[in-house]
Amino acid sequence: MLPNLVLYEEEYKLVTEVILRLVSEANAKVVFLVDKNGQLISSSGTTEGIDTTSLASLTAGNIAATGGLAKLIGEKEFTILFHEGEKDNIHISIIDHRVILVVIFDEKSSLGLVRLRVKKVGIELERIFKNINKKTKEASSGLGVDSPFAEITDDDIENLFS
Amino acid sequence: MSFINYSSREINCKIVYYGPGLCGKTTNLQFIYRKTNPQARGKMISLATETDRTLFFDFLPLSLGDIRGFKTRFHLYTVPGQVFYDASRKLILKGVDGVVFVADSQMERMEANIESYENLRINLKEQGYDLDKLPLVLQWNKRDLPNVINTEELHKALNSRNVPAFEAVAPEGIGVFETLKAIAKLVLIELKRGTSG
Ligand SMILES: Nc1nc2c(ncn2[C@@H]2O[C@H](COP(=O)(O)OP(=O)(O)O)[C@@H](O)[C@H]2O)c(=O)[nH]1
Ligand SMILES: [Mg+2]
Repeated sequence: MLPNLVLYEEEYKLVTEVILRLVSEANAKVVFLVDKNGQLISSSGTTEGIDTTSLASLTAGNIAATGGLAKLIGEKEFTILFHEGEKDNIHISIIDHRVILVVIFDEKSSLGLVRLRVKKVGIELERIFKNINKKTKEASSGLGVDSPFAEITDDDIENLFS
Repeated sequence: MSFINYSSREINCKIVYYGPGLCGKTTNLQFIYRKTNPQARGKMISLATETDRTLFFDFLPLSLGDIRGFKTRFHLYTVPGQVFYDASRKLILKGVDGVVFVADSQMERMEANIESYENLRINLKEQGYDLDKLPLVLQWNKRDLPNVINTEELHKALNSRNVPAFEAVAPEGIGVFETLKAIAKLVLIELKRGTSG
């Protein structure tokens, strides 16, 4: 069981910078970063017209299903998935066993280029997420940063439904 | 496993509707979808067979409003209820913050309810969760049908934990929002407990 994922301003900025760079270096249309549970972490590129919440959930479902397949044949996980369409293609990879990097690209790029750039960026993202994990663990063990939720009252919760 | 984003000031929580096949999980989500303000919800996704049986999951993202300046988002999922989809059910439980167990109140589905509840316990345990500790709400659905078992029997069979339980008729929305509200509350209370250490 993984601890809650907590993303602070500082790391969020780092992550967003990296995927913004990936969009241009890989000539991609869009890049998404998704939590393995289907929650969107960050996106970059031309996201208009894409339902990002649905995309995140389905990507996670996809990774979960292929991960299940991997176990059935004795693999740990498939770290890269590739879906080829008529115009657009999706390249999906797993970073640090916990986040999913999604790159959508068309004929302006190529699978080779995307692979190459994803590999490079993957190392950077892995480092950032290792750090985030560490911080999250500290926070959940009561050390570290203040939580806004420690202060929630029953009234706050009740008000959500009024 | 919730996701707290300090940068966009959002909390995301995952709620899974569990229960035997045809007990009304998908119907719960459909009703919530229909009755929620379009600004407060995303698209509902149903990965279903051609005969409308859930194949992998239904998914409905909801925004409930702000708490202390944080947008609270709930991602609702249902599992496929049929026994042979067990591998998929396990996957959907990953990272769950709270469970709604929907029981089918019909007499002849009692065994299926109990089997599904035990299956939930086993599948949660595999992910490192304890069904006796996780935020949990029960729903006694299909109260409109003639051959229902009484709620005392249902409590005895399925609610040894004595968690909140609601009678429901999901297609008419009876009990649907009460159930959702109760599980959302329990999840937020758990979040508060978890972070205050
Ligand atoms: N009479 C009655 N039918 C219901 C109720 N809830 C669900 N159903 C019906 O039961 C069938 C299965 O419901 P569905 O939501 O697909 O079940 P799921 O397998 O748990 O997702 C559908 O035909 C629903 O219309 C209820 O409270 N009363
Ligand atoms: Mg269903």
